[in-house]
Amino acid sequence: MATATVNGAAGPKVNRIGLPIVEYRGGKSTLCAGCGHNAISERIVDAMFEMGVEPERVIKMSGIGCSSKSPAYFMSRSFSVNSVHGRMPSVTSGALLANAALTAIGVSGDGDTASIGIGQFVHMMRRNLPMIYIVENNGVYGLTKGQFSATADIGSKLKTGVINDLPPIDTCALAIQLGATFVGRSFSGDKKQLLSMLKAAIAHKGTVLLDVISPCVTFNDHEGSTKSYKFLQDHDEPVNEVGFVPSFDEIEIDYDSGAVYDVAMHDGSHLRMRKLREDYDPTDKANAVRTLMEAHENDEVLTGVFFIDTRQPTFVDRLNMVNEPLATLPESIVRPPKAALDSLMASLQ
Amino acid sequence: MATEHLVLGQEQGESGTRKRIANDFSINIATVNGSGSQSANSVLFKSIFGMGVPVSGKNLFPSNIAGMPTWFVIRTSKDGYLARKQEAEILVALNPATAREDALALPAGGVAIYEESLNLKQYREDLVFYPAPFDKITASICPEAKLRKLVKNMVYVGVTAKVLGIDLGVVEQCVRQQFSHKQKVFDLNFGAVKAGWEYAQANLPKQDPYVVEPMDRTAGQIVIDGNAACGMGAVFAGVTVVAWYPITPSTSLIEEATALLKKLRITPEGKATFAVVQAEDELAAIGMVLGAGWAGARAMTATSGPGVSLMAEFAGFGYYAEIPGVIFNVQRTGPSTGMPTRTQQADVLSTAFLSHGDTKHPFLLPGSVKECFEFAGAAFDVAERLQTPVFVLTDLDLGMNQWMSEPFAYPAKPLDRGKVLSGEELEKLGGFARYRDVDGDGVGWRTLPGTQHAKAAYFTRGSGHNDAAGYTERPGEYQAVMDRLARKFEGARTLTPAPVAYRDGQSKIGFLAYGTTDFALRESLDQIENELGVRADYMRIRAYPFAHAIHDFVASHERVYVVEQNRDAQMASLLKLDLEAGQTVKLRSILHYNGLPIDARTITDEFKTREGL
Repeated sequence: MATATVNGAAGPKVNRIGLPIVEYRGGKSTLCAGCGHNAISERIVDAMFEMGVEPERVIKMSGIGCSSKSPAYFMSRSFSVNSVHGRMPSVTSGALLANAALTAIGVSGDGDTASIGIGQFVHMMRRNLPMIYIVENNGVYGLTKGQFSATADIGSKLKTGVINDLPPIDTCALAIQLGATFVGRSFSGDKKQLLSMLKAAIAHKGTVLLDVISPCVTFNDHEGSTKSYKFLQDHDEPVNEVGFVPSFDEIEIDYDSGAVYDVAMHDGSHLRMRKLREDYDPTDKANAVRTLMEAHENDEVLTGVFFIDTRQPTFVDRLNMVNEPLATLPESIVRPPKAALDSLMASLQ
Repeated sequence: MATEHLVLGQEQGESGTRKRIANDFSINIATVNGSGSQSANSVLFKSIFGMGVPVSGKNLFPSNIAGMPTWFVIRTSKDGYLARKQEAEILVALNPATAREDALALPAGGVAIYEESLNLKQYREDLVFYPAPFDKITASICPEAKLRKLVKNMVYVGVTAKVLGIDLGVVEQCVRQQFSHKQKVFDLNFGAVKAGWEYAQANLPKQDPYVVEPMDRTAGQIVIDGNAACGMGAVFAGVTVVAWYPITPSTSLIEEATALLKKLRITPEGKATFAVVQAEDELAAIGMVLGAGWAGARAMTATSGPGVSLMAEFAGFGYYAEIPGVIFNVQRTGPSTGMPTRTQQADVLSTAFLSHGDTKHPFLLPGSVKECFEFAGAAFDVAERLQTPVFVLTDLDLGMNQWMSEPFAYPAKPLDRGKVLSGEELEKLGGFARYRDVDGDGVGWRTLPGTQHAKAAYFTRGSGHNDAAGYTERPGEYQAVMDRLARKFEGARTLTPAPVAYRDGQSKIGFLAYGTTDFALRESLDQIENELGVRADYMRIRAYPFAHAIHDFVASHERVYVVEQNRDAQMASLLKLDLEAGQTVKLRSILHYNGLPIDARTITDEFKTREGL
């Protein structure tokens, strides 16, 4: 299993662009101690550091909710918008139109995504907007003290004893069907899997949807909850073991090609998925959706990379824009010359 | 075909003893929507324009694709009045469903050109009747049955042109312009015009007083609709990101902008220097605009009332997080869905305070197609200078109707991209606080995402923040930001287009108006002077927040009439919030809100009643 190598003589370790990990850290978290979201923020820091991403090129986006606060808790050197509830996709879309060279990572929650934000979510997925979209999924509204969200499973129980009787929205199945090109699920408590998936996500061009089960220690970590640490430890069924070999990593590890799906990413890196479920093919869209549907019936929580497609053009590709960011094109480029106006005026006479 | 001998203006004596009425009447063309009458109406309109006569055209169309009644009203005015007139003297009736109603709406002595089978004589006798067998004429020149519905429209152009003395040579040029690339289509259409013309010449001797006579009032002028002018203005203002959702009556604004971007803003390498995105709804459209504005692009959307309502939450976010963006609101008749194809100026208050909390927005009020072009550019400058969403309020009347205008002037000033710090500047400064008022104008400096400096980034949020963009719930820090936002907003009074004063300022009576009300009010002021002997002053409001000159105008008059096209006196209400207490009692309102564009007579009559004259 290859990870980014971290070199450094004396002093703190630095990554391939010469930055120590502290340059990727954020403000102090104000979320509850033990909240799964904090672990996810830590993995984002690790992944961005190990991949050697320039912090100033990163935009951290979010909507509203506990999850959406978390961009303040990682990567202070990156720009950020904590926007309005359920609208992270549109704001991110606009920012990427203005400057397509930015790397966008968004953190949303299950309420922000699957309820109020479902409209923008589905349209973002079908556009294949180049963005890492993380759903920090705990099945409840935390900031308003523990109501069910639309990803809560049938039969899951609130602390108050209320049982959820509506089927959950599976954001992964939805994203695969709609056109997202990298879709997976992980668990905030699975450091290794989540880190590999995040690094692969950084290398991917297109929409990455990572649904990360992230237990709410205050409102949804009790007996009877299907989003608790205990439940996940008992029911987590990886479809594959995710490994990531970055393009700048020279270490080659032999692997049994029959047991591993190897996907070459746009930047020359490799996503390697060791098969854990019999012949699970992460490039087969229909099978991916069927497998997810079957897992619901069997009360399994599947994790791993469910689907990947590196061939689709992104939203930005389709617009055929100049390479320079639109935001900073000079007046000489964006304001047509006087002759153009004169000619228009003549045509209207 | 030689046309000189056909110029009807030279015919004498046919209108009997009645006085000739030249270039001062309206023509109401009643058709069925979806029948392709738009090209024909446009040819008639352009032909009158081509004869040098001031002309305006208003399309009164249904919110429907095919089969419902539609009217196109052309006004000729030797005095240059472009507003709607209450009545049309001439009817071209082709829609059986409305023929009776249309005929009854004519004034006594009016003129009816109509499909003869409609037999309008059954409804009244006090008109001049010009029946013509349009279907028969069409069939005789158009063997292809499926084209007849379209070609028939050109037959009424020919008949009407002959009756009113419009130069056939000018009509020919306009038909050629309309179908510029297709000789066969031109031949068929102009053939239909000629057939109508010849039928009228042979069968319809002139009996009415109305004629179009050549003038020289349109030389060098252009004809354009306000939506196209706004779109063009945005393109010449360097817009780079356009996100929108289709809605009547704003759609053509985006279509025009997109067409021009494709024409003018593709690099020699074939790459676009812009992005146009049709969003899933107006919430996404404004979200994209603000995302792009935050990242430094000149971004815009265009919408109408229902879309503006949906944008409310984001508008407040843009205000509080201080993100530039331009929103064109082509107002239509509300409330709710209202009448989507009718006009109104009823989004003034909702725009001024769009969103919850202490939110307020500058908006610009173009009063002509020329100002549509100019204010589109001004809106981007103000938005980036003040780092806030700026609205441009036009309406369906301005946006979707054809207006004659002086040609637009190329922008004289360079783009104002506002206060943006580069990495080099940050290096010199050693850092910055995003929302700190270092210049005393209430506007902080911003950095753009991607700026290569370790201290460039800041956290943008709609939650409580201090001047360093940090989260806060501290009373003092929160309030300091709110107070600075209020100071910043004050700056908009001088950054936005100043009001325009008309007349000499000697009267005790003043008028305030904005947008398309201007056309009717200027005509009304002439009526008020000529008929009532009152020479009133007039100031046209061109932006909110109000310039100080508007306060001075109210202060220097005894009574001030605010004329606007909504039920609730929205601009007068907004003025009352801004004026000193002693001044508000001077305001009175003249209102028009039935969905049709306001006309001069409505204003004059109401003024006369209110003044007891």
